[in-house]
Amino acid sequence: MYTASDLRKGLKIELDGDPYIITDFDFCKPGKGQALYRCRLKNMITGSTMDRTFRSVDRVGKPDLVEKELVFTYQDGSTYVFMDPASYEEVHIPAEALGDQHYFLDDNMECTFLFYRDKAIEITLPYFVEKQVAETEPGARGDTATNITKPARLANGYEFAVPLFVNTGDIIRIDTRTGGYAERVKKA
Amino acid sequence: MASLPDILHLRMRALAAIRNFLQGRGFLEVDTPLRLPAPALEDHIDAEPSGKCWLRTSPELHMKRLLAAGHPRIYQIGPCFRRAERGACHLPEFTMLEWYRSHADWRDILADTVALLRAVCAEVTGAPRCTFRGLVVDFSLPWQEMTVEEAFLCHAGIGLDEAIRQDRFEEILVTAVEGHLGNGRPTVLTEYPAACSGLSRTLAHRPDRLERWELYVAGLELANACSELADAKEQRRRFEACRELRRREGREVYPLDEPFLHAVEAGMPPAAGIAIGVDRLIMILANARGIDEVVAFPPPERTS
Repeated sequence: MYTASDLRKGLKIELDGDPYIITDFDFCKPGKGQALYRCRLKNMITGSTMDRTFRSVDRVGKPDLVEKELVFTYQDGSTYVFMDPASYEEVHIPAEALGDQHYFLDDNMECTFLFYRDKAIEITLPYFVEKQVAETEPGARGDTATNITKPARLANGYEFAVPLFVNTGDIIRIDTRTGGYAERVKKA
Repeated sequence: MASLPDILHLRMRALAAIRNFLQGRGFLEVDTPLRLPAPALEDHIDAEPSGKCWLRTSPELHMKRLLAAGHPRIYQIGPCFRRAERGACHLPEFTMLEWYRSHADWRDILADTVALLRAVCAEVTGAPRCTFRGLVVDFSLPWQEMTVEEAFLCHAGIGLDEAIRQDRFEEILVTAVEGHLGNGRPTVLTEYPAACSGLSRTLAHRPDRLERWELYVAGLELANACSELADAKEQRRRFEACRELRRREGREVYPLDEPFLHAVEAGMPPAAGIAIGVDRLIMILANARGIDEVVAFPPPERTS
């Protein structure tokens, strides 16, 4: 358990069975009274925020959070199988925990997982991955200055927007944090 | 926001204006010990240990011994230390201005404070008004006065006694009341509940309320003043009650300050006094967003 005086910006706590991170914090102590610890909290699963004020006597739970580096090995139906390189143990992650991130996985890709009570709640891929464009309308030559985009698709079905000059077969880089096109690496 | 050199310069001019004002009114500047064998007993203020002593959380008890020794008007500007107090408006080591007057009460201290802040603000900023937290606060207007009870009813829709009964006094004050105080002109909150201070005199007609007020400027608590308790027997009883509360809560229990109690018994005159957070005053005058901006070396976020 944390005591109220442990609270600070960035600390992760457990409240009503959910993990929260303190995004804003202030200490106050009005009129010779008891100390108050005012926190803005962000739910680490749903992303929703709320304000909560704690008092010196309050105790706050420590969430069971574990961070692990895992390597992607293979897909088994709707389950993605990673390996812990330290223990060689296999970790099965359901597709819904990955969201769109599963489109960007490559064999042997190292990913950072945050587990809350053994359930993956946050997955961080390398910020940029390189993928080949499987399908897009033929490119307009020389049109590199405008920010007009067109739809494109990866072989695994992921749809996103690319600039007009990108062609089918080009290798491009995707920002995994936004899921958006970042730059072209190699022309087809 | 002003740069640190500008703020340090402003700070120096504010301190000079404070000294000038108080000396002009016949106050004697004094220094009292920082390391105390018996720090003031307060329910919710913890002292930092220093060898076999503690660092003072306020110079109050020594100032009162000087009153009892026959110095009728005294002031002090110096460092105070409070354990585990760190926030946007709290430093664990800060500068306090205190002054005390014999044969005076909270009303007299309020009149001093009005005149002092008008003079200091005018000296430092060129006008008796300043902008802080996006609000213009004019010290030259008549200050707003309301009781804590009125403020709770008006801004939170709950009576003070009910808030205390629910043990929500501080929470309501901070989340629902403070933000409305000191907008346009300073607000003085009066008649604090008796549980809130062990060193103030109670109101003659309401033994559950104190002759104590706090000053707010743009939502920021700036000063605490009261008519001082000068009854040694009652003072000893309140200190013992505070020691009992601290013992029950598992917090450090400080010894009684016997020389102070003897001085009160031997003849402390009726008196009143005030404590002003100097760093907060500088924040207001410099329109600083946080207290860290007004000291040269703010300590790290967590120091105790």
